[in-house]
Amino acid sequence: MSLAKDLVNGIFRENPIFRLTLGMCPFLAVTTSVRNALGMGAAAMFVLVCSNFLVSLLRNAIPSKVRIPCYIVIIATFVTLVDMVMNAYLPDLHRALGIFIPLIVVNCIILGRAEGFANRNPVLSSVADGIGMGIGFTLAMVVLASIRELLGNGTWLDINILGEAYTNQPLLIAILAPGAFILLGFILGFFNLMENRKRGRR
Amino acid sequence: MNAAMLLSALLSAPGGEGSGFDIGRMMAIIFAAIFVNNFVLSRFLGICPFIGVSKQLDSAIGMGAAVIFVLAMAALGTWVVYYLLLVPMGLGYLSTIAFILIIAALVQLVEMILLKYSPGLYRALGIYLPLITTNCAVLGVSVLNIGERYSLGESVVHAIAAGIGFTLALILMAGLRQKIEMTDIPPSLEGKPIAFIIAGTMSIAFLGFAGMGV
Repeated sequence: MSLAKDLVNGIFRENPIFRLTLGMCPFLAVTTSVRNALGMGAAAMFVLVCSNFLVSLLRNAIPSKVRIPCYIVIIATFVTLVDMVMNAYLPDLHRALGIFIPLIVVNCIILGRAEGFANRNPVLSSVADGIGMGIGFTLAMVVLASIRELLGNGTWLDINILGEAYTNQPLLIAILAPGAFILLGFILGFFNLMENRKRGRR
Repeated sequence: MNAAMLLSALLSAPGGEGSGFDIGRMMAIIFAAIFVNNFVLSRFLGICPFIGVSKQLDSAIGMGAAVIFVLAMAALGTWVVYYLLLVPMGLGYLSTIAFILIIAALVQLVEMILLKYSPGLYRALGIYLPLITTNCAVLGVSVLNIGERYSLGESVVHAIAAGIGFTLALILMAGLRQKIEMTDIPPSLEGKPIAFIIAGTMSIAFLGFAGMGV
């Protein structure tokens, strides 16, 4: 029962992007297309689950004074793994994500979960938390990427949705850097609006 | 290897082409890093401190100075370790792990120096000081320097220019947010949402530099 709670927690109640506003840099940078968002989500989720597993397993062995450097080394090891595997088997995706693959190391979500959850919870619930947070992160990226790809390119996951006429003259700004900032601002505003509505009704 | 040989090896590009100091290339690197590829507004590096520390002008300036210093030191440290230690030993694939450890040690050093000489700034920066370690701009600049095959001099110049670009964006943002405090905006956009929307409009302005083709 509580495993399911740990899992769902990251998807909705403590969604890393929309609730905690953590991990913004890769979130804004790779959401130019749904394909990139899914690739980044999968890579981050793998690192998140593995680091949560290892940190939780070693939580009684790591002295608390040097725990942060230990976590960073654990995370960096898994990121290096992802980097090499992706470079070998998915070279196009690896090129599209560019420096944001090594930068998974400094994604605040992963270190935040190691420090805030995995180091004081048993292995199974840490893995569940990693999966939940990973899904929450991926879901948030897919939401923004869907809007940006649809407005900026007229497609969704490379499938043409809005037709030739739109694709020839799309709202290009959605795919450029400003579009990411402005759309994220409005999405966060929308969540606040929902929250205020709910509070007002009570 | 004597000192002069070492120095010329450090100043020339690791790719082998072009040795010595090219002022035109340097200016292009500086201009591109500050304006065209502004780290915050076009590369999306260092968003967390950009949104978090941009409420007050004073702490924005302090944060900017700390980031410029850490960026320059990190570029120096990571370049030396990568080309003089990792590459000769065939350990290039360990670069991510090595870089993050160097950066973490550097941030610890800056923290100790600030605590000793400027406790006020240390308190103002608060939690964001240790977070410079996880500021993607710092690891990002190191990874970019290696990817672009910059020489040692170019790496450090690129890092300082990137830091100036970050500070510029941070200071502009802090000024705008202090003005926004006084204005009447929809309640659900208060705080972070309006900050992101302002960042977006600033980003549009910086997009204008993209046509310069540096």
